[in-house]
Amino acid sequence: MAVEISKRDYSLIGKDSQLAEAMGLASAEWYACPIPRKRLKELMQRKDGPAIRDTLLWFALLGLTGWLGWHFWGTWWCVPAFLVYGVLYCSCSDSRWHECGHRTPFKTTWMNDVVYEIASFMVLRESTPWRWSHTRHHTDTIIVGRDPEIAVPRPPDIAGILLGFFSLRSGPKEYKKVLLHCFGKLTAEEKTYIPEMEYGKVFLTARIWALIYAAVIAWAILIHSILPLMLVGLPSFYGAWLLVIFGLTQHAGLAENVLDHRLNCRTVYMNPVFRFVYWNMNYHLEHHMFPMVPYHALAALHEEMKADSPKPYNGLIEAYREIIPAILRQVKDPAYFVKRELPASANPFPAAVPEAQAAH
Amino acid sequence: MSDGWIKTCNVDDIEPEDVLRFDHGDRTFAIYRTGDGKFFATDGLCTHGKVHLAGGLVMENLIECPKHNGRFDYTTGKAKGAPVCVDLKTYPTKVEAGTVFIQPG
Repeated sequence: MAVEISKRDYSLIGKDSQLAEAMGLASAEWYACPIPRKRLKELMQRKDGPAIRDTLLWFALLGLTGWLGWHFWGTWWCVPAFLVYGVLYCSCSDSRWHECGHRTPFKTTWMNDVVYEIASFMVLRESTPWRWSHTRHHTDTIIVGRDPEIAVPRPPDIAGILLGFFSLRSGPKEYKKVLLHCFGKLTAEEKTYIPEMEYGKVFLTARIWALIYAAVIAWAILIHSILPLMLVGLPSFYGAWLLVIFGLTQHAGLAENVLDHRLNCRTVYMNPVFRFVYWNMNYHLEHHMFPMVPYHALAALHEEMKADSPKPYNGLIEAYREIIPAILRQVKDPAYFVKRELPASANPFPAAVPEAQAAH
Repeated sequence: MSDGWIKTCNVDDIEPEDVLRFDHGDRTFAIYRTGDGKFFATDGLCTHGKVHLAGGLVMENLIECPKHNGRFDYTTGKAKGAPVCVDLKTYPTKVEAGTVFIQPG
């Protein structure tokens, strides 16, 4: 039965932000599946090998498809080339941005940081603001008024979600922020999660981005063609669709304001190609509960956790059979959410979570 | 114990390149053992997210916070970049008869 709830304020400086703090939901202690320390240490170990292999393959595929798009420009053959190039440029960058932001894929720190900067540019997320935004996302996962990365606030904005498949809403907003940062300013919300000592880095990166875009636009004007923009800039839009398909599986339709990732994260089994593109972020529950475990060990971590976790989804279709109806129902009934069920072998969910009280 | 030294754990309670949580009164500490058998102690909570560092990963002289992957040099307490900005407090340690002591001050 639907329960009347007041409209939630997802901004980080509104009433729900204060409410989250008052309810003890901000920077709170979260449930963790019991894994022996010795095993967890093994899973946390860093290696350079897998990430170097995957990154070289990624850049090689980017180079090949970009060259094909360039070579076949003006014919229909450039369409499939740019289709793949766009996914590699933007959707693949989403997971690289994410993983390297945690500095876990590579053992060598500078490798994480270099790939992070490149991926941030390609997925159109300014590196420093988004590092801090994502830090908050991990502190307060899907806590209303605290988490700046809630992809589907309630009631869901269906048009906004559809526009997101080509970054048509987030992209222009990000460019406005780049411009703002070029002038040495931040938004009020950004000031709530970016420490002052990082401001200089934000402004410098924004100015470097502006220079890159200016150079590419100048090149396009010079040769009277949008081809340079098809290679740099526009792929952040036309290549975003797979990122959204993957990304919505993470939390959409699940509980808000709970302190157990088993309630608000999904793990979805995927094929090896998708797992390469998504760098194993389909093991999203595992990642949130133990973010220090690198992507190449998440499948093994999943084996350790699954007896204490809800059943994973057997592919994207099974996940979307749940997500699409849940989102559509939330349009009319924002109090609705999907309640995850645990196997008999699992530790129970924490008692009296606010969301569970609100809707059940 | 005299001079403010507090008994924490046995040497063998911590594996090489690992960390252990130690609570004393209302304070919490992290005790580290390096790969070559030296011991160090810091405050137990990350200066960024107030998470117990003992759940994190020791990599040579670094401890990585289990929540946000912030890193500190646990031998000096120095914060090693975002998202940690504030250094950790460190404390003297000594080993006597197979027992690790810290001096929290």
